[in-house]
Amino acid sequence: MARIDSVSELEKYRAQLVAHRDPERKAISVCTSGCIAYGADKLVDAFRQGLKARGLDDKVDVKTTGCHGFCERGPLVVIHPGNLFYQRVQPGDVDEILDETIEKGENIDRLMFHLDDGTVMACEDDVPFYKNQKRLLLKDNSSLDPYSIDDYIALGGYGALGKVLAGMKPDEVVTTVKDSGLRGRGGGGFPTGVKWESCRNAPSDDGVRYIICNADEGDPGAFMDRALLEGNPHAVIEGMIIGAFAIGHPGKPQGYVYVRNEYPIAVERLGVALEQAREKGLLGDDILGSGLSFDIRINKGGGAFVCGESTALMASIEGDVGEPRAKHIHTVEAGLWDKPTNLNNVESWANVPLILDRGVEWFTAIGTGDVRGNPWGGSKGTKIFALVGKVNNTGLVEVPMGTTLREIIYDIGGGIKDGKEFKAVQTGGPSGGCLPADKLDLPVDFDELTKVGSMMGSGGMIVMDEDTCMVDVARYFLHFLADESCGKCITCREGLVQLCSIVDRICEGNGKPEDLELLDELSETVSEASLCALGQTAPNPLRSTMKYFREEYEEHINEKKCRGGVCKSLITYSINDKCTGCLICKKKCPQQCISGEKDKLHVIDQSNCIKCGVCMDVCKYDAVDVN
Amino acid sequence: MDDTKLNTILDKHHRDPAELLAILMDIQAVENYLPKDDMKQVAKELKIPFSKVYSMATFFATFSLEPRGKHICTVCMGTACHVRGAARLVDQVQRDFEVEAGGTTDDMFLTLETVNCVGACALGPLMIVDGEYHGNMDAGKLDRVLRKLKKQDAKE
Ligand SMILES: Cc1cc2nc3c(=O)[nH]c(=O)nc-3n(C[C@H](O)[C@H](O)[C@H](O)COP(=O)(O)O)c2cc1C
Ligand code: SF4
Ligand code: SF4
Ligand code: SF4
Ligand code: FES
Repeated sequence: MARIDSVSELEKYRAQLVAHRDPERKAISVCTSGCIAYGADKLVDAFRQGLKARGLDDKVDVKTTGCHGFCERGPLVVIHPGNLFYQRVQPGDVDEILDETIEKGENIDRLMFHLDDGTVMACEDDVPFYKNQKRLLLKDNSSLDPYSIDDYIALGGYGALGKVLAGMKPDEVVTTVKDSGLRGRGGGGFPTGVKWESCRNAPSDDGVRYIICNADEGDPGAFMDRALLEGNPHAVIEGMIIGAFAIGHPGKPQGYVYVRNEYPIAVERLGVALEQAREKGLLGDDILGSGLSFDIRINKGGGAFVCGESTALMASIEGDVGEPRAKHIHTVEAGLWDKPTNLNNVESWANVPLILDRGVEWFTAIGTGDVRGNPWGGSKGTKIFALVGKVNNTGLVEVPMGTTLREIIYDIGGGIKDGKEFKAVQTGGPSGGCLPADKLDLPVDFDELTKVGSMMGSGGMIVMDEDTCMVDVARYFLHFLADESCGKCITCREGLVQLCSIVDRICEGNGKPEDLELLDELSETVSEASLCALGQTAPNPLRSTMKYFREEYEEHINEKKCRGGVCKSLITYSINDKCTGCLICKKKCPQQCISGEKDKLHVIDQSNCIKCGVCMDVCKYDAVDVN
Repeated sequence: MDDTKLNTILDKHHRDPAELLAILMDIQAVENYLPKDDMKQVAKELKIPFSKVYSMATFFATFSLEPRGKHICTVCMGTACHVRGAARLVDQVQRDFEVEAGGTTDDMFLTLETVNCVGACALGPLMIVDGEYHGNMDAGKLDRVLRKLKKQDAKE
């Protein structure tokens, strides 16, 4: 199909697509995002070959989709129509699925989700993990083929763009986004409409304005943006085109997506989606006959966390190293190549079509606070979190703003792994903090999390159990940030190295009582005197753990004890009487410092033990303790 | 890299200094690392100082200035993987192959790298061996993956 030249043609095209679609047509959706790490690509091959062998390859579609969310149970497969949900599917299951489910319509009990009491949950929507969410942005991920613009259009895609181009003025669009109370999902929570307005109003002598999508997703432990780009790239593109119209039209808006290099599948799918949008005339000159001209380029990052910061990101697109600059002049006025530039996060962009499509009232009904007349007055819409770490149901979770940590971790996440005790939850990535159990009933929104010393951040939510050492967690983030500091400011460059060395010595058992005060003092200097938010927020993980888990620091310093059993210098491994004498640990110990005979209790020679933890990992009888 | 190949890469990026990062990535994709001579040539062709090319190559974690081994083993050190014991995996590879993180074994068999998250955090700890992702790693699984690698190599 060639270019679509007007909004009415788009609607005609959509109607045709829908009319020609057989609602009974079978499709097998396989997550090929995170589930690749479970070998989902082999599963796709097996489905394709199996269908071919049965002569069904033109009757049944195999869709390689984005992340469905319930990563814990991957590889995930959803069969349409009916949204039949299969989990932990292996290539060996494929023949049975094709014979029984596809050909005969029978469900395979073994692959379905079972509650603890044995109740079978056939559809995705019945599974508690999904049922307790509100999936607006992720809902199509298990049915949409990200390689097909027709799939997106058939589901109503580009409808919001059509609505905007057919009947709205750019400033009306800006006002709508402002009234919706949408706040930036990249971490800062700045009201998106306010940013758009400033950028639209900033003077540009030649009319050029840059519209950028931040897909650098630097927060280690978070993959919301990856899931959106890999699962539903057109939603992000549609948001950006609407943004280009609102901010840059009439004029010369130009688009960029800055994607991290570690996401090759996202880069590929986004590239395909952009090409398809161009072919349809949704990007390029005179989009849908509206006079709007706009195109989007992809820039790949090079693995530097600081490049997610707005000015560093723009420096990187310009071909420089990604060092931040002072923001006396805002990037909305003079950003990329000194032109007015509007940067938003992937998830922020993906919200835009929804808001324009369903309206301000619908959107503001979801979330917290009151944003009428004050875009800072609350947090509206949903937020996607990457729920990971020591929680039973790891995966991607989309909930209304204001959902409590407890609901996310327990109702959706199914509680802590292996029946262990909850210790902390880390939000906000390297700029955020760790919250203890007594904060579990906190409603999660931009303002509440900041009040208690953490932050919303981009949506990483890392659950930690009793086996986690909070001093080690602080140490981890400090080293991360010291490595990632661009080195421009001395407080950040040197201050972080000093913080690292103090915390290192605490972890090694050489901490001194006065170290805690020193850490406080130095933290303050680093956050006060650094140029960009990387340095300014760098002490947050340290400060929040010192505030909520001070006793662990004191134990490390005074008693030379690590209650999480993590800090090597402070722990010993020993074998208890559950030992069956299976010989495994003896065989696997790299130091050969475990002795014992078959069927007899084994013993560790402490003088040679390097505390690698291998014995504990390999023991199947829970016979290795760490003290 | 010979001149024709290099020129193809430069032309693909319109010899635009703003595309330096992408150009260096393309060179590394072919060479497996960034040879110094290629960086010098890029500076000359784009008419920018060598120091600029060098600062780019050292700023971004993705680049290696040393030749890398036949196999590349990348362990994710993101937060989610860290709390599930990623550091132990790195230790194990270091011990097993007598190689430092970021380094290559003397026989050029294996390069051990770390990365700050590859976006499959729910399956942590995670590692990538020659482009293949392995989730939920532990000491035993790692042992199997590495042994397979060695065996496969002995056969060749
Ligand atoms: C060190 C640092 C890293 C950042 N990394 C990201 C990132 O990976 N993705 C992102 O969207 N925003 C990131 N940000 C926030 C951006 O600077 C910017 O605020 C955001 O992209 C704006 O979009 P939003 O208003 O839609 O959130 C980072 C900020 C800092 C200081
Ligand atoms: S605060 Fe740190 S990362 Fe930011 S500009 Fe200064 S040195 Fe660079
Ligand atoms: S692996 Fe466990 S059960 Fe077996 S010998 Fe070692 S400690 Fe005992
Ligand atoms: S911790 Fe490592 S070195 Fe020590 S006994 Fe266990 S396997 Fe051996
Ligand atoms: S933290 Fe390891 S994949 Fe994200």
